[in-house]
Amino acid sequence: MLSYVVRRLLVAIPTLFIIITIAFFMMRVAPGGPFDGERALPPAVEANIAARYNLDRPLIVQYGLYLGNVLRGDFGPSLRARDFTVTELIAQGFPVSLQLGGIALLLAAVVGMTLGATAALKQNSAYDYGVMATAMSGIAIPNFVMAPLLTLVFGIYLSWLPVGGWRGVDSMILPIIALALPQVAYVARLTRGSMIETLRANFIRTARAKGLPEHVTIVRHALKGGLLPVVSYLGPAAAGLITGSVVIEQIFGIPGIGRYFVQGALNRDYPLVMATVIFYGALIIILNLVVDVLYGLLDPKVRYQ
Amino acid sequence: MHIRKLVTRGALALSFTVGAAFAAQAQSVIHMGASGEPDSLDPHFASGTWENRVIGDMFIGLLTEAADGTAIPGAATDWTISDDGLVYTFDLRDGAVWSDGEPVTANDFVFSLQRILTPETAAQYASLLYPIANAEAVNSGDADPSELGARAINDDTLEITLAQPTPFFLELLTHYTAWPVPQHVVEEHGNAWVRPENIQVNGPYILQEWIPQTHVHLARNDMFWDNDNVAIDEVYWYPTEDRSAALRRFRAGELDANTDFASEQIDFLRSEMPDSYRIAPYLGIYYYPINSTDPALADPNVRMALNLAVNREAITDQVLRTGEIPAMSFVPPIPGYEPADAPYEDMSYEDALAEAQALMEGAGYGPDDRLSLVLRYNTSENHRRIAVAIASMWQQIYVDTELFNTDVAVHYNDLEQGDFQVARAGWIADYPDAQNFLYLLEEGINFNYGRWENEEFNQLMDEAMQTIDLEARAEIMREAEAIALNDAANIPIYYYVSKNLVAPHVIGWVDNTKDIHRTRWLSLDNS
Repeated sequence: MLSYVVRRLLVAIPTLFIIITIAFFMMRVAPGGPFDGERALPPAVEANIAARYNLDRPLIVQYGLYLGNVLRGDFGPSLRARDFTVTELIAQGFPVSLQLGGIALLLAAVVGMTLGATAALKQNSAYDYGVMATAMSGIAIPNFVMAPLLTLVFGIYLSWLPVGGWRGVDSMILPIIALALPQVAYVARLTRGSMIETLRANFIRTARAKGLPEHVTIVRHALKGGLLPVVSYLGPAAAGLITGSVVIEQIFGIPGIGRYFVQGALNRDYPLVMATVIFYGALIIILNLVVDVLYGLLDPKVRYQ
Repeated sequence: MHIRKLVTRGALALSFTVGAAFAAQAQSVIHMGASGEPDSLDPHFASGTWENRVIGDMFIGLLTEAADGTAIPGAATDWTISDDGLVYTFDLRDGAVWSDGEPVTANDFVFSLQRILTPETAAQYASLLYPIANAEAVNSGDADPSELGARAINDDTLEITLAQPTPFFLELLTHYTAWPVPQHVVEEHGNAWVRPENIQVNGPYILQEWIPQTHVHLARNDMFWDNDNVAIDEVYWYPTEDRSAALRRFRAGELDANTDFASEQIDFLRSEMPDSYRIAPYLGIYYYPINSTDPALADPNVRMALNLAVNREAITDQVLRTGEIPAMSFVPPIPGYEPADAPYEDMSYEDALAEAQALMEGAGYGPDDRLSLVLRYNTSENHRRIAVAIASMWQQIYVDTELFNTDVAVHYNDLEQGDFQVARAGWIADYPDAQNFLYLLEEGINFNYGRWENEEFNQLMDEAMQTIDLEARAEIMREAEAIALNDAANIPIYYYVSKNLVAPHVIGWVDNTKDIHRTRWLSLDNS
């Protein structure tokens, strides 16, 4: 198991290198530069800026410089936010995104699995239909509709919760719910589907035939099998959630890192985009590894050497 | 013993917290939305109006803005201008100090001007100071910063020499590019001087905390010379990029004021919150540059037809509906300047349309021989809606318009390269002067996207720059503007308005064409 994990981590290095290379050149191929805006810069000013950030060197030289800096752990200055380095921006934003996304993920997993599993047990009952209909609308209603709706109701009409900012527990409630809802819905549907399938499997019939109590059959055998697709879904979903959601961050004014990805690309803030890509890539690699390891624990058919 | 000590300490801490909470209640705290996240709090690295709002609470230039936006004495109390209009001598305010008690000296100003123009600083907005002698050479690396036309005669007297008379120079000094930074702090900390632990300011508020994407927290600077007349103790600036979310925060009472609101909210605001929004004329123009190097658009008659066929009232009254003013000139009305009249100024739309059709027919177009144009705009709901409306207006003059949308970086990059036919653009004045708009049409200026060139126009603009008498100068610029309008250099569409959400309990807010509202003039009515 340990050698498997080490091997996977070693393979991750060339993967990251390829990601960096592709992202670097794709970003530079995109038309428009970091300082193209409503107000064009006079040539002298543009030359000064280009010189400051090495943007006047040949692309391949810039690439080499960048790789060297990354190896030293230096992700460069942000071309826009001039008072902070990219590393500082991510270091400040990531704990917030992690908190927001982490709690949302936990909520999605616990609530989603419970709803899905109970719906599967009462398949085709009114409860099942109710849960699935709610889940369907949870998936169908996008964040940018749900979030303003929540703030209107709980922030403005009822005045129970703040509608923006990131100060104190009460300001976290609405964004976490808005972020978790579609995930709850998705997890519930996944769990229900695979539970129903598992409940029809031969080993469940065997368990029941052996006379195992129903709750042991469900919890120890059916649920374990039923959760497999959910686990493989939650891996990448976790990466998505804890690297922040640009929509939720904008609507609630939350200082996470989600917006850096989108705004960095729109602003052609090359170092910021590169750093978020590397960060996101590394996170996905790690979380996929975690999922695979969990598979080994959950599914007796999977063995690692 | 140990435990008791802890308990006492805890109780003490608790009583301190409670005490602090009571003290905080007596403080006057304002929460404002700035409409964007600052790229930097260093005035030399700023480039946007939202940064101006935040940084402008901390630094004050030689001149500054009154509540109504007019230029008034700031760090300088008075000044003299030489007869040739080239040499400005400023008397600095007696006893004005940085927040650490160090005096604000003429050397701070010389240092600051040299710093922003030094090529290595790579300041985006440095070119605004090019009127100062040798500024452009310094910024291009062709002259040493010490050769810049700014020197300290003594600690309290600053002399600035200009390259040529610049009648708007005093206005320019209110701009953040001309604000002083504390030499002793910058030299000690480098670019990190602007961090909360290092920063010193000469304005009414000093930085306490900046959490990116959350807020900038400022508190009263007791060393500010006019501190006694400052009412608000603390300011929170929020980067309210999402205008709908900002309105919700404003409605929930979390914001006292916010720059900008979405046009589509206007009906709601009119009916539900009539006391809480402000719309005022703003020094900006929304226009379409026309590429004069395009074979079809090189013909001034075709350009005029495109101008005539735009129903500006329909765009402001039916598409935008937030009080924007139809533009019949390239320069919005500015105090001291009466814009020239476009040829279509007094025409009814029916007449203008008929005239446009005649011009197009004269240029060889007709129902079976239509002109195909690509109209480019950068991503925005309003830009799209206006482009759709104008495309349908142009249908009537035998023009088929294809709409082409890109993000803002690509858009302006292509405009600068001249890679467009007709495109959307906007311009907000840096200082209230017609020259700041008209120079966009001068030859060789990279903002002159359409590459429109007119010898007479260029000569008049040169002449205006040399004219010290303000009235005569305004008349010359008016003549130049008339040439541009008669030659249909571009398509003015509407003058911008500023839009603000301002809660009724915010006192001292004066609408003005610069849309600048420094916190030092505001107070809160908490009764």
